Amino acid sequence: MSKTSTRDAAFFRETMLPPEPPPIREAGAVKWLRENLFSGPVNTLLTVLGLAIIWFLVSHFWDWFAHSVWNADSLAQCREIIAATWGEGARGACFAVIRERWHQYMFGFYPPSLYWRPLLAFGLLMVALAPILFSETQQIRRIVLVATTVATLLFMQVLGVPTAAFLLSAIVMIGATILAERHAGWLLIFSALYPLIGVFLLWGGTLWAPLMVLAGIGLGWLGWRLVGIVSPMLAVVAGILVTLIWWIGFTGEAAGDLQNLLPLGITSVQSEKFGGFLLAITIGVAGIALSLPIGIILALARRSDMFLVTSLAVIFIEFIRGVPLISLLFVASLLLNYFLPPGTDFDIILRVIIMVTVFAAAYMAEVIRGGLAALPKGQYEAADSLGLDYWKAQRLIILPQALKISIPGIVSTFIGMFKDTTLVTFVGLFDPLKGISDFVRANFAWKGIYWEPFIFTGAIFFIICFSMSRYSMYLERRLQRDNR
Amino acid sequence: MTDAPLPADQPFRVSMLVYDRRYRSMTFQVIVFILVMAVAWWLVNNTIQNLAAQGKDFNFGFLFQRAGYDIPQTSIPYNSDDWHLRATIVGLLNTIIVSVLGCVAATILGVSIGVARLSKNWLFARLMTIYVETFRNIPLLLWILIIYALFTEIMPPPNAYRGEDPAWSKILFDQVALTNRYTAIPALGMTNDPGTLDLGARITVNWAVIAFLVAIIGGWFIRGAILDRAQAIQDRTGIRPTTWWINLAVMTVPSLLLIWYFGLHLLAPELKGFNFAGGINLGNAFVVLWLALTLYTGAFIAEIVRAGILSVSHGQSEAAFALGLRPNRTMNLVILPQALRVIIPPLISQYLNLMKNSSLAIAVGYMDLRGTLGGTTLNQTGRELESIVLMMLIYLILSLMISGGMNVFNSRVKLKER
Amino acid sequence: MALGSNNEVNMKKTVFLGSIAVAGMTAGMGMADTLADVKARGELNCGVNTGLVGFAAPDANGNWAGFDIDLCKAVAAAVLGDPSKVKYVPTTGQTRFTALSSGEVDMLARNSTWTFSRDTDLKLDFAGVNYYDGQGFMVPKDLGVTSVKELDGATICIQTGTTTELNLADYFKANDLSYQPVNIDSNAEGEQQYMAGACDAYTTDISGLAATRAAFADPENHVILPEVVSKEPLGPAVRHGDNNWGDIVRWTLNALIAAEEYGVTSKNIEELVKSSDNPEVQRLLGVSGELGAMIGLDNEWAKRAIQASGNYGEIFAANIGEQTPIGLTRGLNAQWTQGGLLYAQPFR
Repeated sequence: MSKTSTRDAAFFRETMLPPEPPPIREAGAVKWLRENLFSGPVNTLLTVLGLAIIWFLVSHFWDWFAHSVWNADSLAQCREIIAATWGEGARGACFAVIRERWHQYMFGFYPPSLYWRPLLAFGLLMVALAPILFSETQQIRRIVLVATTVATLLFMQVLGVPTAAFLLSAIVMIGATILAERHAGWLLIFSALYPLIGVFLLWGGTLWAPLMVLAGIGLGWLGWRLVGIVSPMLAVVAGILVTLIWWIGFTGEAAGDLQNLLPLGITSVQSEKFGGFLLAITIGVAGIALSLPIGIILALARRSDMFLVTSLAVIFIEFIRGVPLISLLFVASLLLNYFLPPGTDFDIILRVIIMVTVFAAAYMAEVIRGGLAALPKGQYEAADSLGLDYWKAQRLIILPQALKISIPGIVSTFIGMFKDTTLVTFVGLFDPLKGISDFVRANFAWKGIYWEPFIFTGAIFFIICFSMSRYSMYLERRLQRDNR
Repeated sequence: MTDAPLPADQPFRVSMLVYDRRYRSMTFQVIVFILVMAVAWWLVNNTIQNLAAQGKDFNFGFLFQRAGYDIPQTSIPYNSDDWHLRATIVGLLNTIIVSVLGCVAATILGVSIGVARLSKNWLFARLMTIYVETFRNIPLLLWILIIYALFTEIMPPPNAYRGEDPAWSKILFDQVALTNRYTAIPALGMTNDPGTLDLGARITVNWAVIAFLVAIIGGWFIRGAILDRAQAIQDRTGIRPTTWWINLAVMTVPSLLLIWYFGLHLLAPELKGFNFAGGINLGNAFVVLWLALTLYTGAFIAEIVRAGILSVSHGQSEAAFALGLRPNRTMNLVILPQALRVIIPPLISQYLNLMKNSSLAIAVGYMDLRGTLGGTTLNQTGRELESIVLMMLIYLILSLMISGGMNVFNSRVKLKER
Repeated sequence: MALGSNNEVNMKKTVFLGSIAVAGMTAGMGMADTLADVKARGELNCGVNTGLVGFAAPDANGNWAGFDIDLCKAVAAAVLGDPSKVKYVPTTGQTRFTALSSGEVDMLARNSTWTFSRDTDLKLDFAGVNYYDGQGFMVPKDLGVTSVKELDGATICIQTGTTTELNLADYFKANDLSYQPVNIDSNAEGEQQYMAGACDAYTTDISGLAATRAAFADPENHVILPEVVSKEPLGPAVRHGDNNWGDIVRWTLNALIAAEEYGVTSKNIEELVKSSDNPEVQRLLGVSGELGAMIGLDNEWAKRAIQASGNYGEIFAANIGEQTPIGLTRGLNAQWTQGGLLYAQPFR
């Protein structure tokens, strides 16, 4: 059949018919509704139930929420304003308490003029985490770093930080971002140094203390090199010993002496000034950072083929996982002083961090053990066949992969631990949920205010934990793809 | 580690302890052992020194002194003249009660929500997602405080139920009254009370309870026997006899007969004087803690259940259908066993978490183990070392029992690899 | 000293992790010479309540204030010369005595009742009484109850872990009354429960009840029942064994009480140093005699203590007196010359 003949025939169409719209039941919103909400009697019932739940919640809480008061000095004044605006008997939220006391929920009793320090510490924490957690792509790291920088500086602006501190923070943060762009590897050095920087920023005091701690590592390295000439195995022992001896015996005094010679430092802030989310994040981050290496060692110990080491690890892990965190916190506040040499007495926050670390380490060990177990056996055999010894195999082949698999578990352990930091209220610390709220309510002006602080602190916890869990899910998906 | 066989005739040298793989792990273990012992000795020695310095000793004699304090909710008779030991046991029982009830309720809630999240209903699945995410990402302590505040601030005092036209009325067929002090639920009454069995130490058990236990356990065993027999017949003849109605009867009829015999009925709580009486008044501390633990853990269990069901590949059910299995048998024989394999291990750790989290009773003043032994007893006697060590040991034993029991169950549902 | 004779104990011990050590650790001495420790540290660690309005509570800026706080300040002024050199360690009912015996705090000014077993078995030393209290009951006025005896079958809110819990059990048992306890964790929860009507009565120290009631929107609708079911002498406590430190706390408290008795106030103290011819006042203020040296302090210790926040009467009036929202009358806590129980031992 030629083209011309078809063209001549009258019954041939020249153009396509426009498609008919689907029947109304099969298109658009109606179809969606029918398929997703009313596809059957059970489904319809569920929809009605769902709507009822929503209606119940909205009808009970909407007007309370809509009648919010943000400007008042006390709960009584709030109630007056609500009564005046929306009539007698109206219910309303009094978020004025948040407006007046939000800084205490955030920073506890940290001196307001020094708020920039925790803020900078937190911003730098993100920078330090970037090469570890956000190293998936250049782009993500860039987004995280830029967002952190902007947020940190914005918060500082809002809080009215002194100009010098602001400029310093800006330089540091922007510098770190640029560094990440140019020499991403260098950021790892920063991550390694961060614990000292963070502690120094938060507690302040003499700059010589972190420097002396660094010196300890330097001396250890020196010892390792020197003894290394004789025997490589002794060298490791010597290095660790030298570092420990320096830290235990000399760090404090050396820092004190140098401080006398050349005073160098920033205002020191005592631990009991810590409170609110600052306290929760400090305990959480310190706990996780310290528990990770301990957890790795415990996990390796539990999987080792040495009977004694395995059983010790099992006993430790199962013991810690078998008791509530609150009992460990009581140990921190009531018993730790019994276990340490007579006369030793140190900061309750530090004691709590130690116990939280121990607690998290046991959970971390199980997470990492899971990662180690999930690794295909071939990887172990490959390492063996290359002739690597145990530590080399772990360091170069096993752990990098196992840790990568465990990242979601590690993050969820962190979320759990972060939520659990609220329990420190029971040993007399000012956590954001109960400690600070009770303290706010102890004031005559805010007596009897419950829901608003609950909502405020709950929302912050939700934002932090939810974003962490989403990030770990994202990571999980990515890693799955990598493994395939 | 796979070592190449080493020449056996080498004489032993000290350096082999470090360089010879055959000895190195021994050396390492000995060093670890010495180190651990040294640390343990150091800790114990410090403790002894500290105790001596404070003029204290380490003994549990305080458990046999008069406690002197009252406990709001007790499951065995207790008064302030009893020993601290009995107070401890009361607290332990309270911990167990709230944990067991919490586990049961959280499982029911979690399974339903987990399934509901997979529902095709867009709205309902979203609502359930919101529930799960909200509860998982906010500390349990906040939920306890919120529910506590709900109960104290929103629930009415008992006298709101008074009068001709009360402001509040009882719910659930006029059986349950919510107040800001307690939740009044109906008690069980018997017209034909068989009396009680005295177990000593002022602990008594009603014979009716024993009768019901016997009926239920006996029924369970008979059911097992019937199923075995059915299986045997099926193996022999290929035809499985119908058993469900016999099983149902074996499980229920004895209990129904006992209910009729004892004249079991509900005693609804009635307002008498200031308070409700006649029923059981569950203190709000308990109700709040139970609710919060249930809702919180339920959210985690929902996630576990959802992941478990999703983990069974679609092909499995298709294969089962292709073999001609009916949907309910597909569920029982194919899907559930595989899903359970994934669900049980994390479920165990959720149960453990719930039990440990019940120690947050401190926030609402529910007198659990921490509230008695680790709380008032510790405070009144000043024996913090003994109290806390004992408390941690008890929690540890509870944990080991839960994980032990659940591991047995787990090994039964585990995929048998042959 | 029985406990401090061990020289090893005197060595300062620092614990691992240098950075944290410097940042957050105060390696101090538990039991031996508290005075030397406090001086070396330059700061007094004072264990206080986590928040009881009027007695010890941080204000909106986190600065602690209250009746017990002022005692800490007085001791710090006497020992260190500066009332602001105090680190307040909030302690719960659970942790307070351990905090003291472990050396975490140097003294406890946390409305703790002086009892036999605490003084002996818990190895504390009470340095005196700064507030004579008793356990009472508060009920809403519309309950129509006028006596504790009418509280049969009532629901009673009570803080766990306090002596009040034992007193309550004992009193109701002795009077053959029944009650339903509602245990609460802190005063804040107690208020919440009581206000919501979750309990018919709230029991704690009368001073605490007054402070709680003062904070209500409608204090006139609540009554504190007349019965006082226990004696609650509240006082500062120190560790057993360090007698010199105990003396310092005891006599600082005595100095505040004596100052009120002799009319020495923070206003007129400078004037009295110059002009007073009362030999007791002269000795108190260090004009004559060598009292300071006897407790290891300088001679103006008591003067500084009084200057810190005034004499006992001034402290009482400023924190919990009738002019404050708490509105406690002096009652038992008046000077012995006024019919009260405050009786400072003579300064000579």
